[in-house]
Amino acid sequence: MFSNYVWVLVFCLVGSGWLEFVMRARVYRRWLRLILVLIPVVLTFAAWDAYAIANDHWYFDLNQITGIYVGFNIPLDEILFFIVIPICSILTLEAVRAIRPDLGDES
Amino acid sequence: MTYTMIGLLAVSSAVLMDSLILKTKLVSKKIFWYSYAIILFFQFVSNGMFTGFGIVKYNDAAIIGGDSPATGSPSIFGDGRLFFAPVEDVLFGFSLVLLSLSLWKFYERLGIQKEIKSGPARVNWFSKKSD
Repeated sequence: MFSNYVWVLVFCLVGSGWLEFVMRARVYRRWLRLILVLIPVVLTFAAWDAYAIANDHWYFDLNQITGIYVGFNIPLDEILFFIVIPICSILTLEAVRAIRPDLGDES
Repeated sequence: MTYTMIGLLAVSSAVLMDSLILKTKLVSKKIFWYSYAIILFFQFVSNGMFTGFGIVKYNDAAIIGGDSPATGSPSIFGDGRLFFAPVEDVLFGFSLVLLSLSLWKFYERLGIQKEIKSGPARVNWFSKKSD
């Protein structure tokens, strides 16, 4: 389960997770909105991933991924990537909004 | 299509979504570019791990640079690479980030969990004005 690939994602989650509490980003707390973001993002990027894998644009070191596939030869690790990276990005945006209210939402 | 071509198409599509379809217009806002600068730095760190450790490898037919080596790391810079990753990954990352943030703002405007707001931060390390 904890492939090298997944460990990098754990690093990303730990590295960004403190923003939720220390910066009061409140992204996980808005779980419904987060899920509604993740559904179309995961579907879109999984489609790109399936195309890229089928056309040999990229491939994976089988010793460094979980070995679980979700269909279309997409490793589970990749789906987790499409969930984790948007969460890290939104945490960053909300932390910046929390720190710099002077920027405003419209500037 | 190559990774390079899909990458450019994805960036265009994400900008189109943000500016015309979801109308969140993040690309014209400072708050987005401040956030993206931070995200891009950490993309280089995490993506550098994926590519530097050879977890993910690329085929030279799809990218500007050459093949990933069978073992070991590709070049850290040059040969179409930035911090071990193909430059195309910047396009991939930008479209993933912009689409995600644009949808997040779009749902906020729809009023989904709008009552929950971020801040104030518990620390003022980066604040412009002292509290």
